Parts: sequence; C-alpha cells; structure tokens
Amino acid sequence: MIPIAQHIGAPAEPVVAKGDTVKVGQLIAKSTGFVSANIHSSVSGTVAKIEKTIDTSGYKNTCIFINVEGDEWLETIDRTPDLKTEITMSAEEIRAKIAECGIVGTGGATFPAHVKLSVPQGKKCEHLIINGVECEPYLTADHRLMLEHTEEIMVGCKIIQKATGAEKIIIGIENNKPDAIAKMTEAAKKYGITVMPLKVKYPQGGEKQLIKATVNREIPAPPALPIDVGCVVQNVGSTFAIYEAVQKNKPLFERVVTVTGKSVKSPKNILARVGTPLSHLIAAVGGLPEDTGKVVNGGPMMGKAVKSLEVPVTKGTSGVLMFKQSESVRMEENACIRCGKCVSACCMGLEPYLLKNLAKIRDFDALKEERVLDCIECGSCSFTCPAGIPITDYIRYGKATVTKILRSKK
Amino acid sequence: MEIVIWTVIPLCALGIVLAIILFFVAKKFKVEEDPRIDEVEACLPGANCGGCGFPGCRGLSEAVVKSGNLDGKYCPAGGNAAMSKVAAVMGLVAEEKEPMVAVVRCCGSHDKRPQTSTYDGAKTCAIAHATSSGDTACQYGCLGYGDCVAGCHFGAISINQETGLPEIDYDKCGGCGGCAKMCPRGVIEVRPRGKNDRRVYVGCINKDKGAEAMKACKAACIGCGKCAKVCPFEAITVENNVAYIDFTKCKSCRKCVAECPTGAINAVNFPPKPATPPAPKPEAQPAPAPAEATVVENNVNNN
Amino acid sequence: MAENRLAIAMSPHVHSNESVKKIMYSVVIALLPAFCVSVYFFGLNAIRVTLISIVACMAVEWLIQKFLLKGKTTIFDGSAIVTGMLLAFNVPANLDWWIIVIGAIVAIGIAKMTFGGLGNNPFNPAIVGRVFLLISFPSQMTTWPTPQPIWDIKALDAVTGPTPLGLLNEGQMVDYNYMDMFIGNMGGSLGEMSAIALLIGGIFLLIRKVITWHIPVAVLGTMAAFSAILWGVDPTKYADPLFHILAGGALLGAIYMATDMVTSPMTGKGMLVYGVGIGIITILIRTWGSYPEGMSFAILIMNALVPLINNWCKPKRFGEVVKPPKEEVKK
Repeated sequence: MIPIAQHIGAPAEPVVAKGDTVKVGQLIAKSTGFVSANIHSSVSGTVAKIEKTIDTSGYKNTCIFINVEGDEWLETIDRTPDLKTEITMSAEEIRAKIAECGIVGTGGATFPAHVKLSVPQGKKCEHLIINGVECEPYLTADHRLMLEHTEEIMVGCKIIQKATGAEKIIIGIENNKPDAIAKMTEAAKKYGITVMPLKVKYPQGGEKQLIKATVNREIPAPPALPIDVGCVVQNVGSTFAIYEAVQKNKPLFERVVTVTGKSVKSPKNILARVGTPLSHLIAAVGGLPEDTGKVVNGGPMMGKAVKSLEVPVTKGTSGVLMFKQSESVRMEENACIRCGKCVSACCMGLEPYLLKNLAKIRDFDALKEERVLDCIECGSCSFTCPAGIPITDYIRYGKATVTKILRSKK
Repeated sequence: MEIVIWTVIPLCALGIVLAIILFFVAKKFKVEEDPRIDEVEACLPGANCGGCGFPGCRGLSEAVVKSGNLDGKYCPAGGNAAMSKVAAVMGLVAEEKEPMVAVVRCCGSHDKRPQTSTYDGAKTCAIAHATSSGDTACQYGCLGYGDCVAGCHFGAISINQETGLPEIDYDKCGGCGGCAKMCPRGVIEVRPRGKNDRRVYVGCINKDKGAEAMKACKAACIGCGKCAKVCPFEAITVENNVAYIDFTKCKSCRKCVAECPTGAINAVNFPPKPATPPAPKPEAQPAPAPAEATVVENNVNNN
Repeated sequence: MAENRLAIAMSPHVHSNESVKKIMYSVVIALLPAFCVSVYFFGLNAIRVTLISIVACMAVEWLIQKFLLKGKTTIFDGSAIVTGMLLAFNVPANLDWWIIVIGAIVAIGIAKMTFGGLGNNPFNPAIVGRVFLLISFPSQMTTWPTPQPIWDIKALDAVTGPTPLGLLNEGQMVDYNYMDMFIGNMGGSLGEMSAIALLIGGIFLLIRKVITWHIPVAVLGTMAAFSAILWGVDPTKYADPLFHILAGGALLGAIYMATDMVTSPMTGKGMLVYGVGIGIITILIRTWGSYPEGMSFAILIMNALVPLINNWCKPKRFGEVVKPPKEEVKK
C-alpha cells in the first residue's frame, strides 16, 4: 500500500495498473509538476488495486496496493555495501538523478530535494548546511544514521556540493549527541567539511533556525527561501538518500523510522520501507502497549496523530510515537492569562496569543498583517501555554486560510 | 448667591459657544444622503447577515437606491414580503423569489455514526476538519462543533448534544447562507422552503462507496440509486455515490423517502404518515404544482 | 477498537507541565515569607486580615460565577487566593473586617468579574480594591499599627505609628535604620514592610519563571535613578534612593503586583517601558503628590496603558533586520 501523495506539492500520477508486476525500486508513480516527486515501489509483487484509502491525514487518498511476492530488486540498483566516494556525474546529472529517484526532504516536510538543489539564476549558494539536528525531541533516526553511515553522509555532502556549487559545507549537530559529533568530526576532516555543535533547543532543526545558528543569517519573511541568504539546507537523512541515489542508483523507498513511546517494550530505529503499515513497525518493537491513547506519525511537536494503525509509512515518516492514555489527553482549556509565555517561546518573533485571537474571530486580513505566514508551526506556543490553549491549532487554521485567500487572489 | 451666579453664567456661556461650534461643524460636514436609503433600510430585517451579497442591510439599501433597480438585489431573510415593501418605496415591482431555508445534509447522529477516535483539539469545525477526518469514520459528514451556530445571524441553529448534529429552527432561519459559508465540509445547503414549507432532501453527502459509507454511518446514502428509479419526475441523480434531489424538479411526492434503505432522505413538515402500509399511490401526493415563473437561483453546494 | 479509540489532535502532542493553577499557587508560596514576617510583627491580626481577605475574595468570585454568570466556578484556580492575599498585604493589620470585605467585593466583583473574569481584567484587582479602600476610608487605611514582635503582647492594638513615607510626605526627614526597614521593623501595611522576605519570594518566582526580571528591575531601577537625581539636587529635601526602594510598597508592588501577568505587557521590551513608567509615576506621587505612597496609583495608571504598550512594543520578527530592499519593492 503506497500512497501517491507523499510530499509537498502536486501528487504523483500512477504509471502502473492493476495486475502489473513490479520490482523493488521500480517507478510506479510519476511526478506531475516542478514541485513533485517520483514514487517507486518498495516491494516486488503484483499491483492489486489503486484505490482511495485512509492515510496519515485521516482522509482518504489514492494509494497503490501491491501484493508482496518475494523480494526481487531492479538489477540497476547497486546492493553492495561498498563505499563509493568518487563522484563521476556532473551537477545537472546529479539533479536529474535525484529527481528520478524521488528524493524528498526526510525531516517531515518532504520537500522534493531536486527543487531545493536547483540554485536559481543570479543566486549563489555560499553555504551548504546539513541538518544533523534531530528535528524533534524523542526522535533518534538521524542520530543513528550519522553513527552508522558516517562516510556515506560525507560523500552525500560532496555530491550536493557539486550540484549546488556551495563553497562551504557545515554540518550542524546538537551537542547532546557527543558520539555523533565525535564520529562526524573525525570523518569530516578528510572531506573538508565543518561539523558545528549546536545548543540543544527546540526548534533548532527548523531550516530557518539552523541557518541562524550556523551562519547567523536570518531568512526574510516568506516567500524568501534559504537560497536568498546564500544557503541550502539538507537533512542528513536526505543526504544519505542522495548518496544512495547517485552512487548506488537506489531510489528512495526506505527510510529510518524511530519507533518509541514511554511504555513501549523495546524502542528501536527501524529501516522501514515506504508503504509498510504502522502496525507492522509497532509489532516489531513489542506490540502496541495496553495503555496507548494516541499514535503519532512524526515527532511529538509537529507529527500527526493517526486514526488507524494501518496507515502506511511515507517518505516523511520520521518517527512513530505511542503516547500513553494519560499523555494523550490535552489539559483542559482555561482562560488566557496574558502571561506572554507564548510570545517569548515563539522562535519567529510572532505574537501567538494575538494570532490565535484573530484566527478565532476570523480576521484574516489582520492575521496577514501580523505575519501569520511566518509561523513555522513548531508548536512551541501550545507547548508552553499554561492555560492549555491549543494556540497552534488556531494559528495553523489561520495560516492555511490566509494562504488559501492569497492563492485565490492570484 | 454670588457663587451660584458665577458658576451658572460661565457654564451656560460655554454651552452656548460649544453648541454654536457644533452647529457649524454639523452644517459643514453634513453628508447629503438620499432619504430613501433610510426608508429602504427600514423595510429590511436588520440582521446584517450579508445573505444578499452586500455589506449588511445598509449596503443593500444603498445599492438599491443608487442603482434605482432591484436586479440582483434580493434579501433572502426578509423574503418577498420585505422586497415588496422595498419595491413600494422605490416605486418598482419586486421580483418574486422562492423563500430559502438551510438544511443539514447529514443525519449521522451519535447512535448512527459511531466514533472511531477521540478528537482532542480546539473545538471548532474548521480546525477539526484540518486536523483529521473527525472522530467518526465518515470524512464528509458533520463534525458537530458548531461553527454554523456562530455563522447564523438569526439564532436559528443549535447543536443538539444528544445527536451531535446542528438543528435548524426553520421558523427563524433567514436562508442567508451564513451557516453554509462557515461549514468547512459543505454539509449545509440552502434550498427553497418548498410548497407549504414542505421539502424533501438527501441528508448525506458521503461520497464513499456504499459498503464503506454504510460501515461509517448507518444513516449514510449508499448511492444505491433506488430513489432515482422510483422518482416519477427524474429529480434525483446519483453522482459520486451520493443521491441529490434537484429541487426544481421535485414535487415532494415522497416516494423516495419510503424507498431509501438507510433513511437518508429527509422529509420536512409533512403530516405524519398513517401507520398502515403505504398504498401504491400515496394520498399525500400533491397535485403537480404550477410551473414556477421565476428562475430559482441555484445555491447547490456541489462538492 | 471500540473502547481503545485513538486520540486525534493537532500537534504538538506534548505539553509543558505549566498550568495557570501552578502559576497562581507559586505566587501564593512566594508570598508566604512576607506573610510570616507580618505574623511575627502583627501577630494574630495579620492572620485574621489575610484569612478574611482570601475567603471574601473566593466567596465573591464563587457567588458571581454561580449565581450571576451561572457558569462553572473556578475559585480553586488560585487567582482569587492571590488577589485576596495581595489585598490583605496592602492594608493595615488592624483594619475592620467589613472594610476588607468591601475591598474584596470591589477587587473581585468590579475589577475582575465585570470584565469577564480571569484574564480579561485590564486593572490589577487587588490594587483596585486597595485604592478604593484608600479613597473611601482614608483614616482607617492610613492608621498603621506599630510593628510589635509577637511576644510583646502589651498594647498590641493600641499603638499606631507613622510610616516612613508618611513622615516624608509631611516634610520630615527621618533617619531610619535601613536594617530595620530591610527586615520589616517599620510601620506600614501588612505585607509590604519586609524587604528581605519579599526578595526571597521574588527570587522563587524568578526561578519558577512565573515572572521575568524585566518589570521588577525596570521599576526599582527607575525609582532608584529618579530619586537619586532628586537626592543629588537637594539631599536635605529629598530622600535617598535606598530609602525609596525599601520604604512603602515599592518591593511588594514591583515584584508581585506590577508583574501580574494579566495586567502587564507581553513582550520584554513592553515590560521595560511599563516598569519605567511605574517607577517614574511612583516617585512623582511620593515626592509631590498628596498621598504618601504612589505605587498602587502608578501601577493602575500603567495598567491602563498596557494595550497601547502591547501594540507599540512588538517583538522583533525573525528575519526582519536582514530584509533586503527588493522585498519592500515587491510589496
């Protein structure tokens, strides 16, 4: 079961039909626009049906169902574990390869990687920043990846450097992972890459925050992108995927997923193929604990609570968290006491209390004026609110509506 | 005594001076307005619901007076009664329109539509809709957090806590569509009130295939098409697994209501049916109504 | 799956352990040292006044919520207790019970519930209650008993003494012992005298992150700076900065009343502006006003300006500084 909408932008168009046999790594859905990505089969077998089914969003979306038969890979994929450090392709070839392999940002936002790496005319990429900061608390997928595939990530960095023409490469890692910092620093020496330990702070892994922390530049308000301040940011997971795509010809169909929770028997990082139902991952860590009240696809601050355990892993599934019953119930909402904690928590310098009130009364013009579009939806305001007001819920709604209004005006 | 005089006189003088200033200011800044605007506004309900498409009752009045005609200017809340008064003020002839009313196209009450998850976010439909598909297995139906109540300018909607569905007080409803605008799922439709305030509509917008819809909700329209077959006026179409009754064709014979296997078709304000099994030709079938002279604005929310 | 329904909510799925209740009870805890000092100096009277005030505030809130608003009652969220305690700390220890009750009715009934209850009141309820009492019952409110250590039972209620600020207002320069003032051995309202106890509570609140440093530092700093200028001009006529900070309700006001979350600005910048305003107005009233103490008036005046301050002192938006010029052109 593989959904066709796994990334930001236009969903892909299925190119297989019912009854077709597919192999691991075979293209099954083609990207339909500039900001879109190819999707490849993660298993071998026959296509059972293409039908709408419930996914992470809670809504029904088109998925390709494949009956698994054996594990036959496409011959073009290099399955040897050898490290290939030599980069033979040109920048264009690299970008084309990345696009072909359907690489997206694996941090959660799932922005297609080839789009990010296409530096627009007239702009220059000075810094390539590799995000080794775990996007959210609880997740350790990137941490494991850095420890186990250090060299591959380094080569990946060089590949991206070639594609973007970046002058410098900086890898930012939070300093609560000394082992990763040590190992990465050691390996980075050979490649002329800087590893920068960063303060542990949420949301350090946000693109804007990371650029601020590493090169001390602030991205202006949207629609400005990192490239406007001469930076390109990639996640270590994506970097690894890029390495595999370019050097091993392997499309993105599997990823490391952190499966954890307070009452989970044996929390693990699992290399899971796209399309695996969450229930399989949960079974692998000892089954769903009795007292589970909520299962979240992604991290605790930005992940999505799922309605059913049968939803599939996607390219953006960074973690599966199981919350206990007691943890999964939000506290009762009280009156705002105007303590200003949300204001000081907001990493974008916004006033969440104000945005929330404006969203509540549906004053979308004022919301735009108060720069709701700057919000990165990190969830810090809701987290910190002593009155238990779901501020992020309101702001997200306001932001979505403002975006919709702006689009309809165009 | 002297004190009294000394306080009264300056204060009076001050008052007079200020009054003179005010008088001139009022003269200078007086805005000439057509007195008919006020007269027209007096005919309107004054709920400022925006159902006419103008910013409030005043906006409609100004538009009417300024253009001097009634084309495209109709107050759905005041209906024909208000518009004929407006027409009298303006010396025009009012266009007769069918009075409209909002209907809730969802019958998925708590007992018919079991909860499959617990929604724990902000208690508004808009946010619940954006978060996930709601706490039942139906991703189309009413969420029940009452955004429509907030959108109503007439106090006509309330959420029934037992069913979890909004209930519309048809007597109060002005048919402005404020609630329909607020509903993130398009559950509420504004339809003509119908003859004698009686109307028939499909109370479901679930586009899933029959079996899935049925699993999510016992009152779902399963798109079986029985109603369309039984309808003598070809008023019913089934598209995307949902039936829809075209109110321009429906003659309120209620054959479909009897035929629907899930009870998804609602009939409003009809006298209760006799308990005896329905005769082949129900008595309640009204004589075919004379063709409506006016074009009914199509307010169908097709999604 | 029927009973094991998964919860659905938007992220974030975790929450800090902070709650309104915890914040309010932290303030109560922070006020306890000062309360102990006042019990030490005023004995049972201190307990009597404080208890009456708290109970009256809670009762008024409960009655209004239950019978007037017919909504749910939230008297145990701690906000009424804080108001009651602060009100008690702002009145003399020998105040009659019915005056306290009137103060509570004004504080909760008028200053808080009329505006919609917790979170919606523009003015600090406790200060409104105190100022109301000060204006309505000036003689009772300005007759302070002299502090008597608790074991010194003789003439507990009889002796009334002047406060340092009262004397200053009458034009007398008195040489007060700063140590006494620091500990609290001086005339004054119930909870405002002991600088050390109030500071301990303030540090606790800072550690608990209930308050930030901005407001207390701004208030006290401004008061010190402003009074230092005056003192420098004429030391015989004006009191020195340390006196101003230790005397009267300066510390109580700066640490507990001005920092009230509901009625103070949202941003650090705004808090500084607000604190500076309070400091200046306080010294102005103390020096040239007809009332000896200006803290409560100063806070009320600045409370009224908070919405403006909030509008004016916006936080720095991320990326605002490096805004390239073409961004402007686009707009």
